[in-house]
Amino acid sequence: MSEAIGVQPVNPVEPFLRTERMPHIWCPGCGIGTTVNCFARALVSSKLPLDKVAVVSGIGCTGRVAGYVRLDSFHTTHGRAIPFATGLKLANPELTVVVYSGDGDLIAIGGNHFIHAARRNADIKVICVNNFIYGMTGGQVAPTTPTAALATTTPYGAFERPFNLPFLAESSGAVYVARWTAYHVRHIAHSMSEAFKKKGLCFIEIIAPCPTLYQRRNHFGDGLEAMRYYKQKSVVRNGANTRDVQIDLQGEIVVGKFVDIERPTLKQAMDLQLRQKLDLPPSNGGGSHELD
Amino acid sequence: MPETLTPIISSRKVRGRVYVDRNRCKGCGFCIEFCPPKVLSFSASFNEHGYHSPELVRPEGCTGCDLCGLYCPDFAIFAVREPRPVPSAERGASET
Repeated sequence: MSEAIGVQPVNPVEPFLRTERMPHIWCPGCGIGTTVNCFARALVSSKLPLDKVAVVSGIGCTGRVAGYVRLDSFHTTHGRAIPFATGLKLANPELTVVVYSGDGDLIAIGGNHFIHAARRNADIKVICVNNFIYGMTGGQVAPTTPTAALATTTPYGAFERPFNLPFLAESSGAVYVARWTAYHVRHIAHSMSEAFKKKGLCFIEIIAPCPTLYQRRNHFGDGLEAMRYYKQKSVVRNGANTRDVQIDLQGEIVVGKFVDIERPTLKQAMDLQLRQKLDLPPSNGGGSHELD
Repeated sequence: MPETLTPIISSRKVRGRVYVDRNRCKGCGFCIEFCPPKVLSFSASFNEHGYHSPELVRPEGCTGCDLCGLYCPDFAIFAVREPRPVPSAERGASET
């Protein structure tokens, strides 16, 4: 990370950004930029060839990531990042396909795609930045908004039970499930580089502050205040049962790597099944005899 | 961009150097709050968007860990580790 000191050292994340688009649209104190920083560091440490990495985003504040990273990227319609990414991976298995989107896009509008991609174990890396609210559209209640939190559409407090995302991901079939907050920057970068190496659907939830809509409406202070809350109230519990990691309003946040298992990916399962049924020789592991 | 990137060079014993792109900063304060040796502080002046960017107030304490760079949501700050503290000659050259 420490470059040799030249005349003017460049920011280590600069090569990963479309700097002509800076400053970005994210509010002061928003945690999305921090996660992008971690993402860039994870790409550096995992030494992936950058022309083999593709970022797919949906709509929303986090959806803008695809437009800010200097990688092959696609900004899909609302909620459809995962189906696009699944197709991309199947058509070009060499790619490392990263879905980078928000909770509203991935879990609300794209919720069905998410559970089915996890069920099929599509080989994509899903990074979900969870800020507990629909940010870009004006702070409406989301399926991740904690009960009793205020949103523009729940002026008396949300009365629905929110999703427990790691539990949802695990029970749907994801092979790697982790949750961190924007405070845990080194853990995020480490988790991301682990996910890049792993085959199958890897799900990383990152709790990030939305200072403008969630924090302010609920009188929780600014982005920095949210980061202090994450620091104080989060407990690292690797391998915790995902049933027990539900987040309550300003309550304890259990973070860590919860699931890390092996299971055939969508393409491997298809390959195996078709070879058995069609009496084809078993795959030798190389690319030459793969079904396409 | 390069002209706004102001190197803040610390005194002779330093192990790290902080670079701030003042005009990218939105003043969230993450770098100041989570700097392990607490060497950063808000500057008194405004940047061109009206935010107070961070500045290095205790240069001798900076270790160049780059945690400020990792936290910054606006890609406005980063730190580098000096390979080895080299006495006066190098310091004089870099302060110009």
